[in-house]
Amino acid sequence: MRALLLLVVALAAHADERRSGRETMSPALRTLQADDTQHPAQLALALGRELWGQGGNSCASCHGEPDKLRGAAARYPAFDQGLLDLPGRIQRCRVRHQQQSAWAPEAEPLLALTALVAQQSRGLPLDPPRGAELDAAGRRGQQLYKTRIGALNLSCAQCHDERAGLRLGGSLIPQGHVDDYPVYRLEWQSLGSLQRRLRGCLNGVRATVWDWDSAELLALEVYLARRSAGMAMQPPGVRP
Amino acid sequence: MATRAVISIPTTIRAGEPFEVRATVAHAMETGYRTGDDGSRLARDLVRRFECRLDGELVFAADLYAAISANPYLAFWIRADKPGELSFAWLGDNGFEHRETRALLLA
Repeated sequence: MRALLLLVVALAAHADERRSGRETMSPALRTLQADDTQHPAQLALALGRELWGQGGNSCASCHGEPDKLRGAAARYPAFDQGLLDLPGRIQRCRVRHQQQSAWAPEAEPLLALTALVAQQSRGLPLDPPRGAELDAAGRRGQQLYKTRIGALNLSCAQCHDERAGLRLGGSLIPQGHVDDYPVYRLEWQSLGSLQRRLRGCLNGVRATVWDWDSAELLALEVYLARRSAGMAMQPPGVRP
Repeated sequence: MATRAVISIPTTIRAGEPFEVRATVAHAMETGYRTGDDGSRLARDLVRRFECRLDGELVFAADLYAAISANPYLAFWIRADKPGELSFAWLGDNGFEHRETRALLLA
């Protein structure tokens, strides 16, 4: 009986070996992310709240309070006349419903609104949607994830699956989960989207950097969301 | 875009007991030592002074210099014996001035 119980406990412990990058950070950084009054993204969140209610055709006029969107960020990337990640959805809302010109990628107000919307889904498991187009993108993303690229001839999987937990230079290689985006990265000294992170990696392996919102980046985002599905999100994150 | 500041004070404060105030303001804190993409010197633009007053009485102040990061974040402890109004002021180059007030309620 006791052996069986131990087996059950062991199985439960082995059921999910995925670790959020949040859990492998230093205690100081974990505190920084966990404490809202120390969080380096708090000014961005304040900007997001300001923008939320701004203008006649504001976000608030359709969506009400930001907390009405609890759970929304967990269900991206989505397919709606094309693949959309969360910043993409906000851009589309801005262009179609607010009749304003789209922001540049990584524009401060875009990241601020993305962080505000994502923050509402804290604690919820990532729950990326299904569908024929998304499944196809997910498969393409998985293929990209495993394909060696760049002058260094490395695939995402070689670092983030096979060598996660080891060190690259002085830094720990994380498993590459996408549960905390957008993140405030100390190296960037600003918030950044998942696409910025991925483009940084592409540059790091000396590969051609895919364009913002390109089919490749979005497909990889779809695959990564599925890879991290079920993990509790805590956006906006803090990363070294 | 208007200047933004985020100030956190504890929700319950007891008379005579110290409590921590955390304040940050959105500011580039340009040192004046950097050059832009075209090689020209970026003009110095710093927050020079931060002051916190309780009902007009100065309770905390800081002088800020070029080595302090963008969006300067200050955390300090103060003590109050009676309720009042906390006022915060950030003053800097190029006439930069940002003021905030928070009601101080004691439990």
